[in-house]
Amino acid sequence: MAFRHKNTRRIEGLDSNVWVEFTKVAADPSIVNLGQGLPDISPPSYVKEELAKVAAVDRLNQYTRGFGHPSLVKALSQVYERVCGRKIDPLTDILVTVGAYGSLFSTIQALIEEGDEVIIIEPFYDCYEPMVKMAGAKPVFIPLRNKNDGNSASSADWVLDPAELANKFNSKTKAIILNTPHNPIGKVFTREELQVIADLCIKHDTLCISDEVYEWLVYKGNKHIKIATLPGMWERTITIGSAGKTYSVTGWKLGWSIGPQNLIKHLQVVHQNTLYTCPTPLQEALAQAFGIDYKRMDDPDCYFYSLSRELESKRDRMAQLLQEAGLKPVIPDGGYFMIVDVSTLNVDLSDVDEKQPYDYKFVKWMITSKKLSAIPLSAFCGPETKREFEKYIRFCFIKKDSTLDAAEVILKNWNKQTA
Amino acid sequence: MLRRVGPSLRHFLLERKNSAGYSSHSGEAKMSRPVQARRLEGIDKNIWVEFVKLAATYSTVNLGQGFPDFPPPDFLKEAFVRALSGENHMLHQYTRAFGHPPLVKILAQFFGKLLGQDLDPMTNVMVTVGAYQALFCCFQAFVDDGNEVIIIEPFFDCYEPMVKMAGGMPVFVPLRPKAPKDGKLMSSADWQLDPAELASKFSERTKAIVLNSPNNPLGKVFSRGELEVIADLCVKHDVLCISDEVYEWLVYDGKEHIRIASLQGMWDRTVIIGSAGKTFSATGWKVGWTVGPNRLLQHLCTVHQNSVYHCATVAQEAVAQGFQRELKLYGKPESYFVQLPKELQQKRDWLIQSLDAVGMKPIIPEGTYFLVADISEFKSDVPDVPDSDEPYDSRFAKWMVKNKGLAAIPLSAFYCGAHKNNYNHFIRFCFAKEEATLKAANDILQKWKREKTNP
Repeated sequence: MAFRHKNTRRIEGLDSNVWVEFTKVAADPSIVNLGQGLPDISPPSYVKEELAKVAAVDRLNQYTRGFGHPSLVKALSQVYERVCGRKIDPLTDILVTVGAYGSLFSTIQALIEEGDEVIIIEPFYDCYEPMVKMAGAKPVFIPLRNKNDGNSASSADWVLDPAELANKFNSKTKAIILNTPHNPIGKVFTREELQVIADLCIKHDTLCISDEVYEWLVYKGNKHIKIATLPGMWERTITIGSAGKTYSVTGWKLGWSIGPQNLIKHLQVVHQNTLYTCPTPLQEALAQAFGIDYKRMDDPDCYFYSLSRELESKRDRMAQLLQEAGLKPVIPDGGYFMIVDVSTLNVDLSDVDEKQPYDYKFVKWMITSKKLSAIPLSAFCGPETKREFEKYIRFCFIKKDSTLDAAEVILKNWNKQTA
Repeated sequence: MLRRVGPSLRHFLLERKNSAGYSSHSGEAKMSRPVQARRLEGIDKNIWVEFVKLAATYSTVNLGQGFPDFPPPDFLKEAFVRALSGENHMLHQYTRAFGHPPLVKILAQFFGKLLGQDLDPMTNVMVTVGAYQALFCCFQAFVDDGNEVIIIEPFFDCYEPMVKMAGGMPVFVPLRPKAPKDGKLMSSADWQLDPAELASKFSERTKAIVLNSPNNPLGKVFSRGELEVIADLCVKHDVLCISDEVYEWLVYDGKEHIRIASLQGMWDRTVIIGSAGKTFSATGWKVGWTVGPNRLLQHLCTVHQNSVYHCATVAQEAVAQGFQRELKLYGKPESYFVQLPKELQQKRDWLIQSLDAVGMKPIIPEGTYFLVADISEFKSDVPDVPDSDEPYDSRFAKWMVKNKGLAAIPLSAFYCGAHKNNYNHFIRFCFAKEEATLKAANDILQKWKREKTNP
């Protein structure tokens, strides 16, 4: 009998992925890699030391509590109770997951299904769309628009049109996905902007999935506000966080979802039927690290603040390098990415494969001819807006000085060579 | 609260406003429809949540949940510490999504050797968050609404809810015990499938069969003949085989673990699942893998990249080093894969002796670190409750942990709802425990027996 087995409907069309494409291309060590969002700086030494201590404790190499290692959920509840100003039950209001990615998946699988619509703000972290589709639901896109129309100097210039947003909500809208601070633009949504979203969620009885992985990385003059703390929002919001981004340990793949018990309990059901429990030693080490920083949350040396300060100077350096090369970067108010309009460089790629958007072609050309990598912004858009965003590329600046030095050399020499 | 019932209603896109109101307590969103997705229907219960809590509260000796109470081997812990503290701090950052290169390379080498074929680390191996997530990827990648999946009872309990979450229909077929020879203890080999019964479960709707050998909870190691029966049916009906082989190294009495993927016609339709947790006694590391043909694994990769995307790097690096050591020492007495089953066989034999001495009748497992014992002679301690919803063995196990401090898992936990009372006088013990733990279990059992004879 002929082999008839192909993939299920739920994953139809979800096999390609910008990362699989670009991490391969940029893996060459001679390339200065400012593409994928991973630090090449070391995590703080006490974080590594805690993990080393944990490895020596026998029982910490065996299964722990499925929904989250007890000492970790306790530490998370402490930190977030302080930030949110409300009681958070470590056993019922928190789920520990395999990265924030795993939290997004658990949330969407738990609460979203066929017939639902989910509003996604463009540009968006690329997994939102395929995860919504895999759950059988329809993504509804709304773009951030540059209100200064071509002269954007700051991520704050990128805004939602409230009337346009309101039009996206209807009786089928199950949830809106919010990402603040925002990847890739670096926008930190203001209280007023969050209130517009909150008002619509309450009016239409919609859930809010709030991806706040960059919550500690906000730069001077900006404040990260949790939409769950706005009136009427705690009961309808899942807030997602990430150890990888908090402690510069993306390879630990630990994240968490925080919310009301009546929502978190459904995420827990997904979790117990997908991977059951997260690694124990990493959770214990993370709990210890949180314990250390919780005690100094009033102290500027707390890693949550010191990392942000370190990144702000890298942000400023990156912006300067790009400006000196004749580019106009969008200065981010938060996060560790910076987008830049490269159309001003007038690199003619019309003879290259037409089907690919301009930014894909540009990044591939830049990797080969300039030995510098970035990520094309159209990877973060729905089908309708690819034309608008295809002149932007995204740089990651959570990089050590020598990496930024190498980028500086390339950018300084950019105009000395012709394409 | 109006809940949609049954898969046939999935196709109706109900007007949300017409649904009855969802209960609204103060502080809860007043949702006009059920907030959770239908795929969660019927899969919210989990016996581990209850039994792990009971063991934590009452047990002095925990032979319940399946994990060792001895540490992973030193060479593995050392590899972990080297990885996390070494000069290459990039081991704390993302690695390759489908598996850390050193790990997939050594797995391809190792399993290529065992299967007798060339494996490509990039396309024939995918790393997962434990074997549990590997199972999840398989069901999500291959089981659509209306597909049937054959599950052999008793089964590791997650198979059923995972099939349901994927919209599939589990079809159960039991291992049936043959009476042992006079006076002898039963062996897990005495529990067998009826080939005709098995054949009758295959239909044109059958997408896959889940095979678990060595089998949790019985410890059965399927023989070549038994695997051939299954393989023939898979080939005849063009069915996939999801082969959960997490206990592959834990086989006793000189038995051989045979990989069904090595049988004729099976490589192309089998996904093999393995576990570092069971292989290296480090269940808390949650590193697992799948091995198989690219035409199947590519779909697992799609599920993986849309669910967790990466697995933690440091543990993968350490497991890779563990396998490198084992490849060098393969078949030699110092190999962990030789030493661990040797130690566990001895522990198995101690526990068998303890149970047999007091009148619990253990079924001798050919593999895994579990054994199942018949507690019929102890039934007087826990009177039957007619019309009880709860299977007898579950009530017995709860009574035992509360009153004797000894934790074990009822066999009914490994059967589907309709069959929970078929074999309700057995409980499962885990013997991957230190000598002191097994001695303490023996003391409890001996005291219990004395109390029964001299009340």
